[in-house]
Amino acid sequence: MSPRSKTAVRQTLRAFALELVIYAALVTGYFFAVLHFLGGWLLQLETQHIRVYAVVAILLIIGQAVFLEWVTTSLLRFLRGGRSE
Amino acid sequence: MFFPISHADVNPIYLVVVGFLIGVLGGFFGVGGSFIAGPALRLAGIDWNFAVGTDLAHIVGKSVVAAKRHRALGNVDLRLGLIMAVGTIAGAEVGAQLIEVFKRAGNVNVVVSVVSIVIYVSISTFMIWESWKTLARAKRFAGPKKSTVPAAKADESAFQHVTKKIQGWRIPPMISLRESGVTISLWIILLVAFVGGLCSGFLGGGAGYIRMPSMVYVLGIPTHLAVGTDLFEIIISASYGTFTHAIKGNVDILIALVMHTGAAIGAQIGAISTQYFAGPKIRLAFVPLPLIGAAIVIYTMFSGHKL
Repeated sequence: MSPRSKTAVRQTLRAFALELVIYAALVTGYFFAVLHFLGGWLLQLETQHIRVYAVVAILLIIGQAVFLEWVTTSLLRFLRGGRSE
Repeated sequence: MFFPISHADVNPIYLVVVGFLIGVLGGFFGVGGSFIAGPALRLAGIDWNFAVGTDLAHIVGKSVVAAKRHRALGNVDLRLGLIMAVGTIAGAEVGAQLIEVFKRAGNVNVVVSVVSIVIYVSISTFMIWESWKTLARAKRFAGPKKSTVPAAKADESAFQHVTKKIQGWRIPPMISLRESGVTISLWIILLVAFVGGLCSGFLGGGAGYIRMPSMVYVLGIPTHLAVGTDLFEIIISASYGTFTHAIKGNVDILIALVMHTGAAIGAQIGAISTQYFAGPKIRLAFVPLPLIGAAIVIYTMFSGHKL
């Protein structure tokens, strides 16, 4: 591998690692936010409105995946001064 | 940490680690990983019904993350994924009905165990033979001629002659999958998806262990695309499964969210890693997964201890 491509791979891995660190922090925060703000409501839904609970459960898990990745990408773009890389 | 929906007391670090491991496997191989997640949740003391439903919920999230990453890498054929989702859901319903038939006959455990062992071992044996032969042939014919395909995405198969014959069956309507570079009968795609769904409904889990290999060997989809497309397809089928389990009270979304914190990271690492391996190497590395599934089933059969 040429020194130039080695540098490129290192840069890509560094960018990916930074993205993962930000994403991990957001994902953990998301869980605690759901637990704190929605924990009681979810328990109540599960016992009283099971169909609504089923829909909310899917939205929460897909929301975590889609929304947090969007936040991470936007945050990284902001940190890099508008470059998407 | 106490999870009030399932009344389970589980260490969240354990859930994150399990999620991470399954995330890496899922991102790399395009499987849901329920054959590991289910027993892992059972080991933590979660009731079997919650283990199955919660596992499906976390698979949805993990598959969204991994499929998005694969999509960015050009590894998802949306058209194929949507067609396959239809066949999978139909197959899953038939599989679930079959379970009811064997339940009434009183031999469901033996039948499911034997069928799953046969399927798991057959897939592994076939894939060892095929990927080994493909890699050996690639080494033999490795010459100075440069390929136009990047080395990591190069895909050859020793089973290609059979795949070509299947692609030659002109049963209308024929579907052209531009992203995969394949033209094939709609009915063959639906049949492959139906069989995957049938295994999912009958044996449990998402059945990625059968769908990913059959996409490669039967439909002729390149391995990287099969992995990404399978993940996209799993989003649809696992969402459906999560909903049906949730309305039966089998999903603890808080446990699923904790697992997903690890799975989301693992899935991204797994998906990125596929870029550094050629198709036959991914398939060879896939071989132990169905064998782990078979080992778990054999253990539960002989010990009577349901993991």
